[in-house]
Amino acid sequence: MAEAMILAENLSKSYRKVKALTDINLEVKEGELFGLIGPDGAGKTSLIRILATLLLADKGRASLMGLDVVKDFRKVRQMIGYMPGRFSLYRDLTVEENIRLFATIFDTSLEDNYDLIRDIYVQIEPFRHRRAEALSGGMKQKLALCCALIHRPNILLLDEPTTGVDAVSRREFWEILAQMQKQGITILVSTPYMDEAGRCNRVALIHNSKILQIDSPANIEAGFGSPLYAVIGQDTYRLLQHLRQYPHSGTVYPFGDSIHYTDQRGEINTADLAEWLRRQGHANIEVLPIAPNIEDCFMALGSSQPDASSYV
Amino acid sequence: MSDTVNHSIQVRELTRKFGDFTAVDHITFDVKQGEIFGFLGANGAGKTTAIRMLCGLLSPTSGQAEVCGYDLFDQTEEIKRNIGYMSQRFSLYEDLTVEENILFYGGIYGMKRRELRSQTDILLDRLGLGPIKRVLISELPLGWKQKLAFSTALIHDPAIVFLDEPTGGVDPLTRRQFWEMIYETAHHGTTVFVTTHYMDEAEYCDRVSIMVDGRIAALDTPRKLKEQFSANSMDEVFVKLARP
Repeated sequence: MAEAMILAENLSKSYRKVKALTDINLEVKEGELFGLIGPDGAGKTSLIRILATLLLADKGRASLMGLDVVKDFRKVRQMIGYMPGRFSLYRDLTVEENIRLFATIFDTSLEDNYDLIRDIYVQIEPFRHRRAEALSGGMKQKLALCCALIHRPNILLLDEPTTGVDAVSRREFWEILAQMQKQGITILVSTPYMDEAGRCNRVALIHNSKILQIDSPANIEAGFGSPLYAVIGQDTYRLLQHLRQYPHSGTVYPFGDSIHYTDQRGEINTADLAEWLRRQGHANIEVLPIAPNIEDCFMALGSSQPDASSYV
Repeated sequence: MSDTVNHSIQVRELTRKFGDFTAVDHITFDVKQGEIFGFLGANGAGKTTAIRMLCGLLSPTSGQAEVCGYDLFDQTEEIKRNIGYMSQRFSLYEDLTVEENILFYGGIYGMKRRELRSQTDILLDRLGLGPIKRVLISELPLGWKQKLAFSTALIHDPAIVFLDEPTGGVDPLTRRQFWEMIYETAHHGTTVFVTTHYMDEAEYCDRVSIMVDGRIAALDTPRKLKEQFSANSMDEVFVKLARP
């Protein structure tokens, strides 16, 4: 078995009454692209900050390449590249000045490590004399990644690099991460976008401070409990309401242009359901068996909100 | 829908320049009453500038527009009173309680005290937040905040509600509950003008416009846009338009 590049054991963290992390265990192997996937407030940032030696856990331990994040924090900092969720470069320095500043802090230079960041740098090079604050969202993220990579870290810790970035820039960013992985860098990346799970070797689904499941996206999808169907019609809102009234209905969730449906009986005759919906006044109904995606799994694994009574 | 279509928003050649830079470049479109209208575009395409103009917060450089029947150039105060607005970044005051936020917004929208009281109780009841009306917003989970923010933006029964990335970072289940609230709102005749980075949510809209470099590059139902661009999903449509 490959050595654990990142190891978290029984990590817990609270902020006064709010639980940020509850008994987190995870292991990231060498060369892996590992995704930490969950909504805002799940605990992603707390976990990454603990691993980046910027926050102390209340309980548990964590190590990177065998080095403890508390005792050996100085050494750990040399080995990691960290990109926080909020843009944290110097806004009043130019693109090039930011990169050179970070290179100098780590006692290296842009020229020494140019081969590593070249593919990203060429995309922001046309703006190298522009102040960081004047860059677009996607460009800022690329600059932040250059700065995180400039000292050739073994491990990259990226906190929501694609949040608030448009769909095109998100794609480009994941293409860059795949290239970094080929260079041998181990990557832990967090995201609230479930559809990005497929870009990772393995993912941890995290919600309400707890890890729901850790596995490859394919295995998680294969483990979905019951047959899943897509119901496609014209009037999604009415279709949702009617499906919930169907006597055998299980879960009913809108998914883009279709509705994902499970039935209490498990496998069903799709023609029966389509016919029932036609009788409720729906035209052109299609019911198809489909493969579940990560978002289906996430909801099935328990993304339910606590009710109001738990906050009184 | 009736033969005489009521338009909530009518925009003709609307333009906004900042110095030499044209952020919004002669855009023209209509939004029907009770429609869920998706307003998409890449970062920097001009969405925020356009929305700020439509809300009466930024004056246009040229063009014409009416929002709920009021002129965008000289009736911005009337527009502000007849719309609701919520965004991902700023919606509720963290250091006020649930109830205080509702009362505060209702007051700002000029509601009468008695009406506001009864509306507040109805709203708390409908969202199941009655038991925690004295809890600070900062202590609530994000999903609840967003649902409350949406309801608060509707408390004065506006003709149009503008939602700027209302579901960013929200968990998948709450995201879907949120969209059902949007459907319900539109069903009751309120026009919903919404932006999102989730392309599956674009599919929930009646019609979608996609801005590229200050212009509206495409506008139609999700179904027709997918046909037009030979794409399987709105994500593909978006990528084809925004990265030609």
